[in-house]
Amino acid sequence: MIEIINLCKSFEDHLVLDNLNLNIQKGETMVIIGRSGCGKSVMLKHIIGIMKPDSGQVFVDGLDMTRLNYKELNDSRMKFGMLFQGAALFDSLSIGENVGFALYEHTNLSRSQIGKRIKECLEHVGLSGIENLKPAELSGGMRKRVGLARAIAVNPEIIMYDEPTTGVDPIMGDAVNELIVELHDKLNITSIAVTHDMISAYKIADRIAMLYEGKIIEVGTPDEIKNTKNPIVKQFTTGAATGPITDKKNLLD
Amino acid sequence: MNLLLNKNNSANNGEEDLRLFGETFREVRGWPKAIGGKFISGVGYIGGSCILLAQTVFWSFAGPLKRRHTLDQMSKIGVNSLPIVLMISLFTGMVLALQSAYQMQKMSAEMYIASLVSLSITRELGPVLTALIIAGRVGASITAELGTMKVTEQIDALEALATNPVRYLVVPRFLALTFMLPLLTIYADITGIFGGYVVGVFKLGISSNMYWRMAYDPLIFKDIFTGLIKSFAFGMIIAVVACFQGLNTEGGAEGVGRATTLAVVVSFIMIIAADCFFTALFYFVYTV
Repeated sequence: MIEIINLCKSFEDHLVLDNLNLNIQKGETMVIIGRSGCGKSVMLKHIIGIMKPDSGQVFVDGLDMTRLNYKELNDSRMKFGMLFQGAALFDSLSIGENVGFALYEHTNLSRSQIGKRIKECLEHVGLSGIENLKPAELSGGMRKRVGLARAIAVNPEIIMYDEPTTGVDPIMGDAVNELIVELHDKLNITSIAVTHDMISAYKIADRIAMLYEGKIIEVGTPDEIKNTKNPIVKQFTTGAATGPITDKKNLLD
Repeated sequence: MNLLLNKNNSANNGEEDLRLFGETFREVRGWPKAIGGKFISGVGYIGGSCILLAQTVFWSFAGPLKRRHTLDQMSKIGVNSLPIVLMISLFTGMVLALQSAYQMQKMSAEMYIASLVSLSITRELGPVLTALIIAGRVGASITAELGTMKVTEQIDALEALATNPVRYLVVPRFLALTFMLPLLTIYADITGIFGGYVVGVFKLGISSNMYWRMAYDPLIFKDIFTGLIKSFAFGMIIAVVACFQGLNTEGGAEGVGRATTLAVVVSFIMIIAADCFFTALFYFVYTV
């Protein structure tokens, strides 16, 4: 369903993605793990076409997202739902307008139909009756769930989660994990989650891929990743302060 | 022994000289890179703003307009700025009348103060001062708002929701600024002339009728028209600079602060430069 081929991206002199290759099957939950700032979010933004690569291709359902024109790109984006790291809710709009944003902008549904869908989505993430509040009135965890409601409002085929459990308490983090699993099981949605929270990764993933120095260095099921022989992946998954990742450079660099 | 020490000293001096030379050489070698870098970023800035202007004009005509957003922005930019514009233009008119009174009274030509005030306000001070006020008040807030949206990934979220940020965010602000600034300027012109009236009539003893006649008589269509053309262009400048800075903000809260400052500074410079350009243009158009 999603195929990333030789993707390269650099910012000024810093090479973030270095010939990255990855395949994601329809209906699976792929979790990308890696250290903070290693380019996980950058990869997600390339998949949905927000960022343009220096070279390489990203195919979604056979369409190369890096070469689509404006209209084709926007049509493809309607297949996606994306949960941003800080939820990225629009401050100037109410919660209801946030959740129904894509429906108001891109569909011909009536206001009452959209209102019904907003209510459904908010109930799905365990929040109801907050349509008229502003994002600034919500806690971090609630914002994240509203972000998730906005992502599922258009019935997407693919949902991308950028650090879904970061910044929420462990109980809420687990609730978000449950929600991701539930969406995947019920609606057979393809999910791509980026995280460095291994508990979350093991819980939601069908397959886990580790991104290191701009490349995917290992892909496998949660069990395979747990019992990996690769010392880099092992250091990351066990969270050890010493090992091949940190030997290369000082941890606090 | 002395000879040996001297020799050592001179050897040390030699090394020191060499090191200094090396440092200076490295620094000098860095100059072309620094100058070139600044030049490239300057050209990039101008190019980026021009592209944004082109996209904005394109989206202003293509596709349905965000009517509600545009009206909201017009209210925020125009109606809410009216009090400060009126206040500043009133004081400017008063100051202008008082300052010119020094010279005019010496020649017993007080009644020409009215003409002086009305001409300088409509041609120059009205459009320019209003543009500077709006650049400070509205331009800064647009940059801060869009900049915050950029650093909190709201701009990315818009794109992910298949919505063009230029069409959704820039076009309403651009249209609002371009159309509201000339309207504000008309208010500023009237209030500025009234400021001169207050000083002229109550302080300098010009009769009310005389003031209005002397203010109105020398005014021709060209004076008001060129002032409004200017403010139309200033509105575009403020919108493009403020939105461009906002959409290109990087680096969290500090980045938003930097972008806001830069937006105001660049707008001010561009407004004055454009004012100079238009004044020269009209001068040649109307005299040749």
